[in-house]
Amino acid sequence: MSHHIVEVKNLQHVYADGTIALKDLSFTIHHGESVAIIGANGAGKSTLLLHLNGYLAPTVGEVRIGGFPLTQETLPEIRRTVGMVFQDPDDQLFMPTVYEDVAFGPCNLGLPEEEVRQRAGEALEKVGAGHLAQKPPYHLSGGEKKRVAIATVLSMSPDILVMDEPTNGLDPFSRRQLIGLLKDFHHTRIFTSHDLDMVIELCERTIVLHQGEVKADGPTIEIFNNAQLLAECRLEKPLSMQGCPVCR
Amino acid sequence: MRSIDGAVLDLKRLDLLATGDSIIHRLDARAKVVTTLFFIVMVVSYKRYALAELTPFLFFPVITLALSNLPISYILKKIAAILPIAIFVGLFNPLFDREIHAVLGPISISGGWISLVSIMGRSALTVGSAIILIATTGFISICHALNRLGIPRVFTVQLLFLYRYIFVLTEEAARTTRARELRACGKKGLGFSSFGPLIGHLLIRTWARAERIHMAMVVRGFSGEFHSRQINRFGRNDYLYVIGWSLVFIILRSKDITAILGAACTGLFS
Repeated sequence: MSHHIVEVKNLQHVYADGTIALKDLSFTIHHGESVAIIGANGAGKSTLLLHLNGYLAPTVGEVRIGGFPLTQETLPEIRRTVGMVFQDPDDQLFMPTVYEDVAFGPCNLGLPEEEVRQRAGEALEKVGAGHLAQKPPYHLSGGEKKRVAIATVLSMSPDILVMDEPTNGLDPFSRRQLIGLLKDFHHTRIFTSHDLDMVIELCERTIVLHQGEVKADGPTIEIFNNAQLLAECRLEKPLSMQGCPVCR
Repeated sequence: MRSIDGAVLDLKRLDLLATGDSIIHRLDARAKVVTTLFFIVMVVSYKRYALAELTPFLFFPVITLALSNLPISYILKKIAAILPIAIFVGLFNPLFDREIHAVLGPISISGGWISLVSIMGRSALTVGSAIILIATTGFISICHALNRLGIPRVFTVQLLFLYRYIFVLTEEAARTTRARELRACGKKGLGFSSFGPLIGHLLIRTWARAERIHMAMVVRGFSGEFHSRQINRFGRNDYLYVIGWSLVFIILRSKDITAILGAACTGLFS
């Protein structure tokens, strides 16, 4: 049984105020796949992500990670397996220094100090932030914060990486740097994003959410070539597929 | 909101100073915390008319300042910033306490004036030493030191979170007030009535952020226990620092060095 499989079966979620955020979602993401979840604002992307590590519990349906259902007993292991990077890195970096933040997860796993140090060091090196280790998070730039936020998750050796709007708010250089970094990962990767050009570069498969339902699920290029589908879901072709605005 | 932004920048500067390197910076945070606390207790323990006895205590901040390579004018400005509060505390002393305590030629000085100056002196000494402590140690190390000195973790962790998010929250508050000011077009806007919802919004956003932070912690396996690294070791220099200064403070407190020196000088000249 592989740890890297994400199965969502007939997932439905209704918030306490009666808002139906997700209606009957089903899909399976396999080992090593890189999948984008796209959709308009309020389509249910963030709600879906919060189900993947058990922060929200389904109202109806089931989420299985690596073959295990999400229950109180499996929760700690599933949270280690699914590394989640939030949209706002300020929410993720809460410790006094970058190093302590990256070491936070491994410390909670109860690893010996030597191993914690090694993992934190490797994770920081991987995202090119080794030199920031002793800095407090509020002294970092947006791009640096984002990379460190990824390191805080990598240090827990997750099998599945879930990222909410990874390129949001980054300058072109930092965005490019981040895309390069994410391309190198061999984890199962799940992204939500409005940066559709990033989706083309990083994800071979795309799931389109519309009003809490899966509207389409297939190869990214096919989906972006379906103009009608995109329009229905309040999306449009990525800029890189739209042709040159001057020659047109 | 220049003032909020400015205050945050100032905090950051104090924090950056703590990353410097000097013989004082290298001491264990616990040594500095204990010594500074002892210093403050000693300075505060004097009676209200104490003035001459306090002057030798200037040695502690002056010597640590000199050894720590901190920008002196910056630290002095920080101390000067709190003096108005001290003046306010002792403002009425000269009015109520008119008993003459000293006569300098034609000028007679009442107890009220002496106690006012004493309050100011004590404030400058205690606040100055605290600022030097933060500027040489850093807030975070002080929290860890307090923790290792036996202060419950609940309090130190609260302080650490407060310090981490004070930057984020003040920036958020500054952005909101800036947006309000820009739309108020230089007038008062809706005056105080617009501040109610503004503060309400900030509170709700803070709450939402707290939930997201908690989520980020839970996701990384947080179960209520903070594990932190214990890096510094209490060395020979730290013992020397604590014991040395404590002895100096005890001697200064038990013997009136100023009076002894004064008597010796007058004895010499008479």
